[in-house]
Amino acid sequence: MKKILIAATAALGFASLPAISQASPEQDRQEFVKYFQDRFPDVPFQEFKNGVNAVDEGRREQWEANEEFPPYEFAVDEGGDLFNNTTFPNGKSYADCFDEPVDNIRPQYPYFDTDRGEVVTLELAINECREANGAEPLRWKKGDIAKISAYLGYQARGKKIDVEIPNEEAEKWYERGKNHFYSKRGQLNIACADCHQYHSGQRARANVLSPALGHPTHFPVHRKKWGGLGTLHRRYGGCNRNIRAKPLPAQSAEYRALEYFQAYMSNGLEINAPSSRE
Amino acid sequence: MRKKASLISTAASVAALLGSVSLASPALAAEEEGAKSIVEQGKEIAFARKKGNCLACHAIEGGELAGTIGPPLVAMKMRYPDKQKLYDQIWDARVKNPHTIMPPFGPHEILTEEEIEKVVEFIYTL
Ligand code: HEC
Ligand code: HEC
Repeated sequence: MKKILIAATAALGFASLPAISQASPEQDRQEFVKYFQDRFPDVPFQEFKNGVNAVDEGRREQWEANEEFPPYEFAVDEGGDLFNNTTFPNGKSYADCFDEPVDNIRPQYPYFDTDRGEVVTLELAINECREANGAEPLRWKKGDIAKISAYLGYQARGKKIDVEIPNEEAEKWYERGKNHFYSKRGQLNIACADCHQYHSGQRARANVLSPALGHPTHFPVHRKKWGGLGTLHRRYGGCNRNIRAKPLPAQSAEYRALEYFQAYMSNGLEINAPSSRE
Repeated sequence: MRKKASLISTAASVAALLGSVSLASPALAAEEEGAKSIVEQGKEIAFARKKGNCLACHAIEGGELAGTIGPPLVAMKMRYPDKQKLYDQIWDARVKNPHTIMPPFGPHEILTEEEIEKVVEFIYTL
């Protein structure tokens, strides 16, 4: 047995020589977490669910003051009302689409649907539920869909992100998201990783750059600038635009892949959606 | 400098641009624009969010809400006795650091050669 193992390792080692060595997602994740823990040695792992507030004292004070009267409170209530009291044209309800108890729905997303061969996000599932039951889909980036997502996130607070990569096809989606995260793009030629990994904690003008570890934990987010809630994909579009890259449609395969990668990197962190930001 | 750009042609194009928006008195407007020193024009380009936006990343004397991504731009004359090197850094920071976050202002046509020359003149006074 031992011999076989050695032989296998040797063969693997040899096989990986000529190709660019590709780390497994789990190795990636461990390195990713270590990167941020080394960069912010005083920040406990679980704190990364608080985004920029984990790494900047000034931001944290403002945020804590905001959260005393959370600006998303009514939206969460409205989301609960929409989720629990909507009757679709065929008489069914949201609950008929989601098998889990209400506090365990958000932790199921995003996931790779092996039958369909694609990543399904919570917002995608909400609209697919509507369409399957004869209702019009909601607009993707704000409004009712963000409220329902905020409600489901709020119900799941404290549960951990636990994204799996079940097969090779799923790994391709993961790689696609990883590639988006690390590629330079736009006229300004800047990667997500440049701002949210290699320069995280620093300031771009007056904005403190949040660490990418934990990005998906607290979405949707209520922003002063937006005057309401926005989904993760809305934020992706904004960040793409800032570097003068063409924003992609919310729930496009590319953004779902990016969310899948970001959520996998954040495995083990608690969900604390929604949150409030500048 | 990379290109021995004739400032006359820049002035002419500024005049043309101004002429197209301010029909009232294009000549006067162009004159006022021309009155601004190259250093002042460079400063405007460096600070404008839609142009250099250097303040996004660099502390620069006279600029507010500067970022901390790159080093403060100070003592440039002393540190860059060769002005061309400063120009090259702004033209394409990737030459020195292939992974840099600093945008390749020249190759990506974020700024023109003339604009970069003016920014260099301004940065050189720091
Ligand atoms: C030029 C810098 C820059 C680039 C490049 C950039 N962002 Fe951002 N991003 C920001 C700033 C500034 C904010 C607001 C402050 C913060 O980080 O929370 C932000 C916010 C975010 C947030 C919200 C964090 C929160 O807690 O509310 C997410 C998520 C995000 N970015 C993801 C991305 C992704 C993914 C990419 C690449 C597609 C990207 N960003 C590219 C600057 C950038
Ligand atoms: C998005 C971030 C960013 C922007 C915008 C930016 N820079 Fe930089 N700059 C950097 C970083 C980071 C460095 C450090 C060297 C490196 O990583 O390439 C740098 C280095 C420099 C240097 C060399 C500094 C030294 O100490 O030798 C100069 C000069 C410079 N930048 C000028 C500019 C000017 C002028 C502009 C605007 C026209 C500008 N930069 C815009 C990030 C930026």
